[in-house]
Amino acid sequence: MLGGEYGIFVAAVVLVVALADWHSLHVNFFNWSVAKGLFPDIITVGLRNTVIYTVTGFALGLVGGLLLALMRLSSVLPYRWFAMAYIEVFRGLPALLIFIFVGTGIPLAFPGTELPGGVYGQAAAALGLVSAAYMAETIRAGLEAVPPGQAEAARSLGMSRFRAMRTIVVPQAFRVVIPPLTNELVLLFKDSSLALFIGVSLTQRELTKFGRDLASQQGNTTPILVAGLCYLLITIPLGYLARRLEARQKRGRR
Amino acid sequence: MSAIEIRGLRKTFGTLEVLSGIDLDVESGEVVCVIGPSGSGKSTLLRCVNLLEEPSGGTVTVDGVELTDPDVDIDAARRRIGMVFQSFNLFPHLTVLGNVTVAQRKVLKRDKAEAERVARANLERVGLADKVDSYPEKLSGGQQQRVAIARALAMDPRVMLFDEPTSALDPELVGDVLGVMRGLADEGMTMVVVTHEMSFAREVADRVVFMDGGVVVEQGAPDRVIANPEHERTRTFLARVLDPAAARVGEVDG
Repeated sequence: MLGGEYGIFVAAVVLVVALADWHSLHVNFFNWSVAKGLFPDIITVGLRNTVIYTVTGFALGLVGGLLLALMRLSSVLPYRWFAMAYIEVFRGLPALLIFIFVGTGIPLAFPGTELPGGVYGQAAAALGLVSAAYMAETIRAGLEAVPPGQAEAARSLGMSRFRAMRTIVVPQAFRVVIPPLTNELVLLFKDSSLALFIGVSLTQRELTKFGRDLASQQGNTTPILVAGLCYLLITIPLGYLARRLEARQKRGRR
Repeated sequence: MSAIEIRGLRKTFGTLEVLSGIDLDVESGEVVCVIGPSGSGKSTLLRCVNLLEEPSGGTVTVDGVELTDPDVDIDAARRRIGMVFQSFNLFPHLTVLGNVTVAQRKVLKRDKAEAERVARANLERVGLADKVDSYPEKLSGGQQQRVAIARALAMDPRVMLFDEPTSALDPELVGDVLGVMRGLADEGMTMVVVTHEMSFAREVADRVVFMDGGVVVEQGAPDRVIANPEHERTRTFLARVLDPAAARVGEVDG
């Protein structure tokens, strides 16, 4: 039985090796001289901008997500409504639409206004708007995982509601949500490629746009592959880290 | 002036009335043990004394401050009221020293050296000076509860509330916690203790209060209430607590 499966596999490999046009593949996808020509710009411009968009978007999303999570759990009804509406709307929209809205819609609606940081500000805002909705739900689950006795103990020591949240509840919640937030960071790292729809200048190009531009300039697919490798360089270790953190947490809780 | 004055205290959860008009005074330096069957409202009474539960009616005055006054600074008032919980509620993300210093630092604004000095003195008092750097999860239940007592004492409370402090402990660990509480009573601390430990109530309390069905059924010197109760309900309860195996099926009221 197993032998049969291996037989199919070997046949497929033989077929691919025999039929593939290795020269054409090599020239178009793994062109060494084209690849070498991408450096160092693909790192110093492409990867650098991808990291900047991701980190600033993540920071905005984290702050927004925490605020939304606290509003979602607030006893003030309008806060809860706002948070629930925000989360539903932004989780229900394609991220690309948000990027187009921030990059094209807002300048059309308010001519002359510019977000601080220009394109960097726009990319961070778009990524932040999207990720805040996802992170809010993650952080809310983390806050709810902290036993109510923790807040009670803090309040009984004379801490205000805000102080108890900040010093006792939120730090414990963040320990729970670090693995899922790391996964969110991986998602954002990939979504930062949508910045190319904002309309970026040469020096503001991130990996995907950089790869696409050079591929069409040189009529060769290699830049897209190298850009892809650059993503994997970051996303695979980060994903591995998230799984490690998660496993450690499970062990810690027993 | 009494340390604690409770007048006409009522508490309802939805349609369920848990406290139906409690009047109780605790004098400064007095140790009052509150006993009664589960569901009698004794824990709710205790939680109303520092407003962890909002009373539905009546007044609670602690150390001359009426907590039920809507304009009261509840955080300031709670600083003067130490609370010890059945489930300890230590902060798991902080060391023992962190647990005992955090509210001193953030609420009383003591500097680090002063807060640590007070913490060490109080941990010494509960016999855990050697555990300052441990995390709560490394401690036994009895040790955790003693840290919780030290944490409350570090705020220099005027009264201490104990909500079934030994109910979650293995039997062999109960003695250490009761020993610490006995020491506090001897030092003249004003204490209200909700407990099932009748020997502790008999030996340490100045007064025993028996509650059932949301009212104080009877109260008085421990010898009188425990050894010679006036009311049938008290007799039934005590018979069951003092000799659980002796209860007959007909007596069990469910």
